[in-house]
Amino acid sequence: MTLRHTDTLATKQTAPVDQRDRAWWLDFTAKTVVFFGGISAIIFIVSIFLFIATQGLDFAVHRLNWADFFTSPIWRPTSSPPQYGALALICGTASISLLAMLIAVPFSLGAAIYIGEFASGKKREWLKILIELLAAIPSVVWGVIGLHVIGPALVNIFHIDIGLCLLNAGIILGLMAAPIMTTIAEDALRAVPDTYREAAEALGATRWQVVWRVVLPHARPGLSAAVLLGIGRAFGETIAVLMASGHAIVMPTSVFDSVRALTATVAAELGETAQGDDHYQALFVLGVLLFGITFVINLTADRIIRGSRRQAT
Amino acid sequence: MKTIPIAVLTSALAFVACTKSNRTLIQNAGSDTMLEVAQALAETYGKEVSGVSIAVKGGGSQVGISGIIDGTIDLANSSRKLKPEEVEAARKKNHEPVEHHVGYDGIAIYVHKENPITSLTIEQLKQIYMDNGKLTKWSQLGVTVTAGMSDEIILISRQSNSGTYEYFRESVLGDKKTNFRLGTRDMNGSKDVVDLVTKTRSAIGYSGLAYANAEVKLIPVAKKDGEKAILPTIDSVLDKSYPIARPLFMYTVGQPKPAVQQYLDWIKSDAGQRVLVANHYPPLRKL
Repeated sequence: MTLRHTDTLATKQTAPVDQRDRAWWLDFTAKTVVFFGGISAIIFIVSIFLFIATQGLDFAVHRLNWADFFTSPIWRPTSSPPQYGALALICGTASISLLAMLIAVPFSLGAAIYIGEFASGKKREWLKILIELLAAIPSVVWGVIGLHVIGPALVNIFHIDIGLCLLNAGIILGLMAAPIMTTIAEDALRAVPDTYREAAEALGATRWQVVWRVVLPHARPGLSAAVLLGIGRAFGETIAVLMASGHAIVMPTSVFDSVRALTATVAAELGETAQGDDHYQALFVLGVLLFGITFVINLTADRIIRGSRRQAT
Repeated sequence: MKTIPIAVLTSALAFVACTKSNRTLIQNAGSDTMLEVAQALAETYGKEVSGVSIAVKGGGSQVGISGIIDGTIDLANSSRKLKPEEVEAARKKNHEPVEHHVGYDGIAIYVHKENPITSLTIEQLKQIYMDNGKLTKWSQLGVTVTAGMSDEIILISRQSNSGTYEYFRESVLGDKKTNFRLGTRDMNGSKDVVDLVTKTRSAIGYSGLAYANAEVKLIPVAKKDGEKAILPTIDSVLDKSYPIARPLFMYTVGQPKPAVQQYLDWIKSDAGQRVLVANHYPPLRKL
């Protein structure tokens, strides 16, 4: 406060323009560098979107049958004539993500509640470190686990033919998404003011009653955001899904069906298409679709978090 | 401690010597099917002939072919012939592709080692893999389903732009217009197909003969019903009795430069062909 006061005094006494000394230049440079750092995210996201969209634009506008694209499960890009039906791929991605959430939500909510409300001291610190480590495991490692551990295990437990299926991919993605969801959910729980807990305890509530009746309802927007970001993570995951899902174009009717995800399709097919041909462009249309879905999910999560902050203040 | 600067110095010297000497570098890229054998060839050749080093890269036949069209590599590996439009594209850039036939690849039919099936015909394979084909159950093939195996045939295939996928479609399903059945598990590599069959009791898959191992069973294939079913081996591919085999090619831009020509001559010689056999690829002729 005092600093600003002397500042205004100084400007009044000397010339109204800035003094372009060393400090001014340093300030100017730092401001410019930070500005470009700040808007780089916007530049990147806009240029990536434009790149993906323009790569597939010609095909999407002139030759793609959009009705087939959304309603036909037949994806045969190298047949003659080629067929570009993405329904089975969309259902594949959606069903894997849904199953992943069914597995991840109880795990991550439980972990967040334990860490945030029950654990204390060293135990709590260790758990947080371990969960962050879990989030850092590369997805190809998860893929190998799906291929060589969970796959054979599912065959043995359920006596099914093939272990690379919707359930396998769902388990893998659930485990992958859980750490991020735990971290965000725990932040949401921690944002609940302690006075609320103290008030409830003063009324004679048990620890669990405090969590169930007071903390969870209050943290709900943050918790929903955690789930949404987890879904976003599941939608975008590629290599682990490619390895664990079985990669088969099937409209899933049971958790033991092999399925194919949008991301896995792009990853498997893009490498060997000739640049610019219809198949190449069709894969970019899938890319735009994925981009759109994750964008909407993240935006919704962001709005929910913002909404909850406004409510809190 | 003294050895470290010396090591650095000598390696730096060696590096300078390498770049300054007349050592020729041959850029070789393309087919994943041929990657292992291409590496083995390059290694053996490097030991026999000094002054030439060969850099081998995979990436798929398409990668090698694009390299020939753009004239960026010396030697492209391809498990399929160039398409007319690709030859046209290369000529437009004044790069005349020249084909060199270097060996063969047998496409073997793999099943789980406990599967009792003894033979299949091309027509049966077609009905198994074709869209709306009649065969979907092992019992339809006369196989008694054993414990842990379901009656449904689990189809394992390749991603739709693999050379092996295209070749299988043309030689087994009949032509380019026939579609594969929807719902096949599409693997991204020759080895992945064999790995998945090893673990799946009711599965069937197709992949290069070179990827066979003791954990899977190879099925003899007959051209027609009533004809003798032939097990894929180097010999049966060589005498053309095994029906699903394809030639392997290397492509150059125009007539190759002397170093590349010498390498190609060596690959086609008995010494080079023995490397193919050692890697389970059928050679050009009986050795």
